[in-house]
Amino acid sequence: MVSNNVVSKRLELPGLTWRRVSPRYVVVDLVSTAISWLVFAALASLPAYFSGVQWLWIIPAALIVIMIVVLAFVPRRVRSIGYQLRDDDLLFRRGLLFQRFVSVPYGRMQLVDINRGPISRAVGLSDLRFVTAAASSGVAIPGLTVADAEELRDQLVALAETRRAGL
Amino acid sequence: MPAPPRGADTTMDGDPRHDLLPPGAVLDTRLADGEWHRLHPATPLLRGGIFLIAIAGYFISEARQQLVNIAIGGGDHGDPGDPVQFVTTGGRFPLFILGVAVVLILIVAVFWLSWRVHEFRITDEVVEVKSGLLRRSQRKGRLDRIQGVNIVRPFFARIFGAARLEIDVAGHDANVRLDYLSSANADGLRRDILRLASGLRQLEAQGAVTEPYPRGFVEQRVNELIAPELDPNIAAPESVVKVHTGRLIGSILLHDSTVFSVLFIVLIGSVSIGSHHPIGLVVLVSLVFGLGTFWFRRFTKSLRYSIASTPDGVRVGFGLFTLSNETLPPGRIHSIQVRQPILWRVPGWWEIRVNRASRSNARGAEGQRNTTILPVGNIDDVLRVLGLLAPEVTDVNALRLGVVGSGSDGGYTNSPRRAAVVRWFSWRRNGFARIPGVVLLRRGAVWRELTIVPEPRVQSVGLHQGPLYRALGLAELHVHTVNGPVRARLGAVDRDVALDFFEDVASDVVHAVGADATHRWRDGMANPGQPNPGQAT
Repeated sequence: MVSNNVVSKRLELPGLTWRRVSPRYVVVDLVSTAISWLVFAALASLPAYFSGVQWLWIIPAALIVIMIVVLAFVPRRVRSIGYQLRDDDLLFRRGLLFQRFVSVPYGRMQLVDINRGPISRAVGLSDLRFVTAAASSGVAIPGLTVADAEELRDQLVALAETRRAGL
Repeated sequence: MPAPPRGADTTMDGDPRHDLLPPGAVLDTRLADGEWHRLHPATPLLRGGIFLIAIAGYFISEARQQLVNIAIGGGDHGDPGDPVQFVTTGGRFPLFILGVAVVLILIVAVFWLSWRVHEFRITDEVVEVKSGLLRRSQRKGRLDRIQGVNIVRPFFARIFGAARLEIDVAGHDANVRLDYLSSANADGLRRDILRLASGLRQLEAQGAVTEPYPRGFVEQRVNELIAPELDPNIAAPESVVKVHTGRLIGSILLHDSTVFSVLFIVLIGSVSIGSHHPIGLVVLVSLVFGLGTFWFRRFTKSLRYSIASTPDGVRVGFGLFTLSNETLPPGRIHSIQVRQPILWRVPGWWEIRVNRASRSNARGAEGQRNTTILPVGNIDDVLRVLGLLAPEVTDVNALRLGVVGSGSDGGYTNSPRRAAVVRWFSWRRNGFARIPGVVLLRRGAVWRELTIVPEPRVQSVGLHQGPLYRALGLAELHVHTVNGPVRARLGAVDRDVALDFFEDVASDVVHAVGADATHRWRDGMANPGQPNPGQAT
């Protein structure tokens, strides 16, 4: 755990219990993070492979090391994702190093998207995206079980319907 | 086929079906009565017929050459491959004339038919356009989602007394275009559309539509061409903010882009002269060309600029040859930014940009997105324009301090002293203020900026913190609105203050959104006067 001093400077909204995403999402995040870093490392090893210059292998090696560090933080990163349906708005948070909190009034909903990627599907999870008229809102809740995602979607649509607003 | 249309928009005959409208409704034109109407008869010519004129011009100039040759009795009949030569010799001429006539008749017939099927109607709820001879297309826009109504008068269309009406609804390039209408009808129809969209059940009695130029056709055209861009009857003169040409030229020369371009050109120029390499010259030429384009665009777009307040919103007009003016109903501006390029500080000029929900690709004279509301103005102009754009802000002092001030005066909450690490010069100025209805974000000591977001327009609120900010106990605030040039964010805010801001704004926005009624901005407003039965005679 990090020191107390740093904890006090973190962003935290008091008096809130966050709904967390499924622990199975750790698997999805691990696999997809590993794949993207491995592709990156493979591309970075091309110069070394074709030129034959030995020290160029440092670049992909460094990328692999960074990947391992990043992967070590994935479980905590997944635990940092949270959402909360408050009376009038949807609260969403994610991020460990770069923390991000968003509050969206339900009436601002333009549509709700449910996506299922191949890795998510393998472990029975869905990603839910809450779209407003502002592209920067960026509320995307990953790692919900299929039933949860559909329930949440219906709930959000119903809430938005009762608080319908213009743009 | 729906109900037969009742003639072109220029004909004001027929019994108006005013039973479709609320009782007592009085409209300026009969185009917004819920029936299908056609556009200006010159529409095909204005939309696509220009190239025909070009072809005709080509033939005429060629034929003239030929006639000159014949007249001076030159035995030389040009080379046999010449098309004019070919058709005028060997008895082919009558055949040629016949062919041309057939083609012309066909083209006219197609144009006439496409004009026949191009119809629009405006009801209480929607504006609808259908067009296309072979590929039918239909476009419908909801009136309560109107973001602005734009009237563009290209120079060529002005000769015909025609204008293009664009109704912007929310969305990317989601505008319904009515091109072309007769100029007077375009203005009247815009008033009608805005009145229907405003939700004003009892429509106000306006003076009967007077034919503005009841004289001969040519005289009327000339009058329309030389008429001032902004009709003095539309807006009270004291509500009008104008941009003077001298100030406009100065503002373009002192603009950041000009300064940086010139610096870059000097740098590239000296490097390329020093190295004798031709690539520098290529870059240089393209840079100079780009700068020239920027100057030209900005200049032509902002010539004869005026911003005025009308009952149905803010009217922004500009243009020298192609006139363009747009009315933005209340509640259609999602965020406002006042900013100052660095050299504008000397004369004390500012510019105002806004975010809007509609983003039309073909807009104004240069096809630019019309997001600059005030190209240049001093602090008094800025405050007057802000008064038009954000009438809910009554605390003018807070706005003034937001533009030029620093410190905690005017209700601003500033960054703490430790934020000087990340805001070297501006930590005393970097701050926000919460006055009822709006969020004010003030930042920048060198490049000064004030961002104003009306709370009913906020889509969501964000709070960010990275490692550096965490070490300093700071956070970054985001207020998300629809996309545009303005990004409402404020960095280097104290962590606890930021958390409070986040919670407060989030709950205030919910209430503001619930109370907001600008999508029907005059709904339920009582009619102060009696409707005028002798309307539109």
